[in-house]
Amino acid sequence: MARDDVKTGYKLIGTRPNRPDGLDKVTGRARYGADFSLPGMLHAAVVRSPHAHARIVKIDASKALALDGVKAVVTRADLPTGLTGEDLNLQDNTLAGERALYDGHAVAAVAATSALLAQDAARLIEVTYEVLPHVTDVDTAMAPGAPIIREGVADYSVPEGMHGNVARYMEFGHGDVEAGFAAADIVREHTYKTEATHQGYIEPHACVGQMGEDGRGEMWVCTQGHWYIRRMSAAVLGIDAANLRVTPSEIGGGFGGKTTIFMEPLSLALSRKAGGRPVKLVMSRSEVLRATGPTASASMDVKLGMKKDGTITAGQVFFRMQGGAFVGMSPIGEALPCAFACYDIPALKHEAVEVIANRPKAAAYRAPGSPMAAFAVESLVDEMCRELKLDPIEVRLKNGATNGSKSSYGPVYNVIGLKETLEAAKDHPNYSAPLGPNQGRGVASGFWFNHGGETSVTLAVGEDGTATVMIGTPDIGGSRASIGLMVAETLGIPYENVRVNVVETGALGVNEPTHGSRATFASGKAAVEAARQAMAEMCRRAAADWGIDPEAVEWKDGAAHPAGPNAGKFPPMTIGEIGSKMGSTGGPISGHHEVTAEGVGASFGTHVVDVEVDPETGRTTILRYLVVQDAGTAIHPAYVEGQYQGGAAQGIGWALNEEYVYGADGRLQNPIFLDYRIPVASDLPMIDTVIVEVPNPGHPYGVRGVGETGITPPLPAVASAIAGATGARIRSLPCSPPKVLAAIKANRA
Amino acid sequence: MSKIHISTTVNGDPVEFLADPRETLLDALRNQLDLTGTKEGCGTGDCGACSVVVDGTLVCSCLMLAAEANGKTVETIEGMAGEELHPLQRKFIEHAALQCGYCTPGILVAAKALLERNPDPTDTEVRYWLAGNLCRCTGYDKIIRAVQDAAAEMRGAA
Repeated sequence: MARDDVKTGYKLIGTRPNRPDGLDKVTGRARYGADFSLPGMLHAAVVRSPHAHARIVKIDASKALALDGVKAVVTRADLPTGLTGEDLNLQDNTLAGERALYDGHAVAAVAATSALLAQDAARLIEVTYEVLPHVTDVDTAMAPGAPIIREGVADYSVPEGMHGNVARYMEFGHGDVEAGFAAADIVREHTYKTEATHQGYIEPHACVGQMGEDGRGEMWVCTQGHWYIRRMSAAVLGIDAANLRVTPSEIGGGFGGKTTIFMEPLSLALSRKAGGRPVKLVMSRSEVLRATGPTASASMDVKLGMKKDGTITAGQVFFRMQGGAFVGMSPIGEALPCAFACYDIPALKHEAVEVIANRPKAAAYRAPGSPMAAFAVESLVDEMCRELKLDPIEVRLKNGATNGSKSSYGPVYNVIGLKETLEAAKDHPNYSAPLGPNQGRGVASGFWFNHGGETSVTLAVGEDGTATVMIGTPDIGGSRASIGLMVAETLGIPYENVRVNVVETGALGVNEPTHGSRATFASGKAAVEAARQAMAEMCRRAAADWGIDPEAVEWKDGAAHPAGPNAGKFPPMTIGEIGSKMGSTGGPISGHHEVTAEGVGASFGTHVVDVEVDPETGRTTILRYLVVQDAGTAIHPAYVEGQYQGGAAQGIGWALNEEYVYGADGRLQNPIFLDYRIPVASDLPMIDTVIVEVPNPGHPYGVRGVGETGITPPLPAVASAIAGATGARIRSLPCSPPKVLAAIKANRA
Repeated sequence: MSKIHISTTVNGDPVEFLADPRETLLDALRNQLDLTGTKEGCGTGDCGACSVVVDGTLVCSCLMLAAEANGKTVETIEGMAGEELHPLQRKFIEHAALQCGYCTPGILVAAKALLERNPDPTDTEVRYWLAGNLCRCTGYDKIIRAVQDAAAEMRGAA
């Protein structure tokens, strides 16, 4: 188990041991959301609106309740009133109030003695709708004549005269943009569009909820963050969060989409009405696609000024984004800061509006907002590079952000690795591989802030000298392994002697979800601090045994050692010896750390993609794909590579295939995986990776988050490669074969 | 609606249960036989998470009625390992070929079915065989490598 490189001197960090949960996950033993059951459990089904926008006139559940085995029906009338802000948004989305706001909006839920019976009962619940005008497209929603779908959504930020569906406006910038454009040799501006996509986790949402007459409850749920589930579910039901205990299952993918609630409180509300019997609620795939996730759709104007040598003199963006029928769900607040985050440009102007539309309530999706922004800005940078016959990597190196740059959104970058990723991409053989006919190469860079957040971790030393670590961030892609490696490295004990458990809400203080690429960074940082506390206590126990000052004891290689000339000569006392005696030396030894983790390291990456486009069909084949990204320090390189490859695959899907297709009736036309087509194995080549390591000074082992940036560059890189192959620029994703074929024909004409 | 008595063999064990005529094999495996290693990702035969082998044929158990399993033999992920892991299972762990792990049982069942038919597939053959098994986490790279490494080991052992 040798390190991939030897420059750090770490013994374990940088190795690739088996993940501790691997065995359960290859044998089918791992328990995911739908795998949990309890005695006496009921099964639930949800009634959903078939209309994009409708007034709910009447809900008649009498026929359903008359069926033998049907135990409870819940509608909005069963939920408390008086909620405000995001709590009201969550409640409105859990069950529609006076109006259904999108196709698939939940209207009622029913619990019965079997899943089939619950589905039968759901079909017997009669809902009378008065259909209202709807709008689903982001540009149409703010065009004159579009129906105002909710009154009074605009907050203080929205300028006078904007359409009633505009809910928020945002602007910032620096420098003299007009002077910058005047100083440029060429100024170009275009509009770019991205469609909504879904996170596409293979595990549908699932939970088992139980709540008794005393208003106390428990939930077992697949989630990225069970404290969030607890707080949000409690808010929707009008109970105290402390009355809910939430246990996370293994999670079958989330990508941001499982950081919030969709139907979870319904299991509790049904359970309470059914006399406290546990209720299982599992979504179908079409429910997942119609009513959870998705991303915002975006329409984005970009203007750039460039000198002939590639110097970017000024940039300007105006983004329009819709995140469904609920205010505050579009990622304009992330998309704008991400737009030019890879660049150091003297003059920038950013503006954005959030528009509401009759679509599901958007949720976070891997670097929310950044892929759209990158598609717009990186596509235009590429267009201008091609026009001026400049190398796209050289132009990015010339204008790229670096250590100490003031970022496009304000803060000064500390130590970042953007230029290192560009240099590594330039040096990689993929960048000089020869291209044949109908083939093209695209390059793009990407950014994500990364996040620290509320974190609480406990570590307990075992009687046998092992360590058990309790974390609150569900393990979606190997974080138990990376946290175990850091703890083992810190304690100086074998990786196999550390067990990392994801524990329930009753076992730790509040933890934010596994989101913002924070699990290995923040839970890892807190776990290292907890280990250091335990080490200090173990040094005290050894000092007491030896009769010397604790300051004269140091910890190394899994044992306490006397340190310094006056400490005396004692053989090292191992963690095993200390652990075996701790009952008689002062009691159990543990470490605990809780913090709102600071010191995140910004994440940058650069991708290079080669495509071949069939000129007869417009179909794009990915020939080669290279991801270069700064990990800070790669704790477990295999899972770092996995994040890079998985992000790239999702970005390729967004670029080539995936989109929400709404009909004129406002209904989602493709709510199954056959029609919402995510990349399959035969769509992709091997995905080459280069892990750049520019350690983050804000983490004891230099970790940056690695989860999110990788989805960002593929959107513009693939479109730019298609432009290179065909001469036709696609400015509206996805680059589906009919669209590419039409663009090729238009380009020839 | 009266239920149907089903006798079948699952992972070598004789089992009997009563199936609702509408009940899928997937639901019967999970809910009646407590074999929850087989997953539902779509319910429409598009994702392969529910892959099982019935009388030697790889099928999506969400597309087959439980009643159709009467008299047949069914193999699921729970039957893949003996005292030792199957080489595919071991290689998936070693190559980090799973992240969330939800698609993993279906992919392992499908990959095993492939290697039984074709012990020395090309990468392209592996990719097309597994094209019915969606994975959203890995980008498939490490899955293909793990399958090929397991295939090489199994060829060496044969």
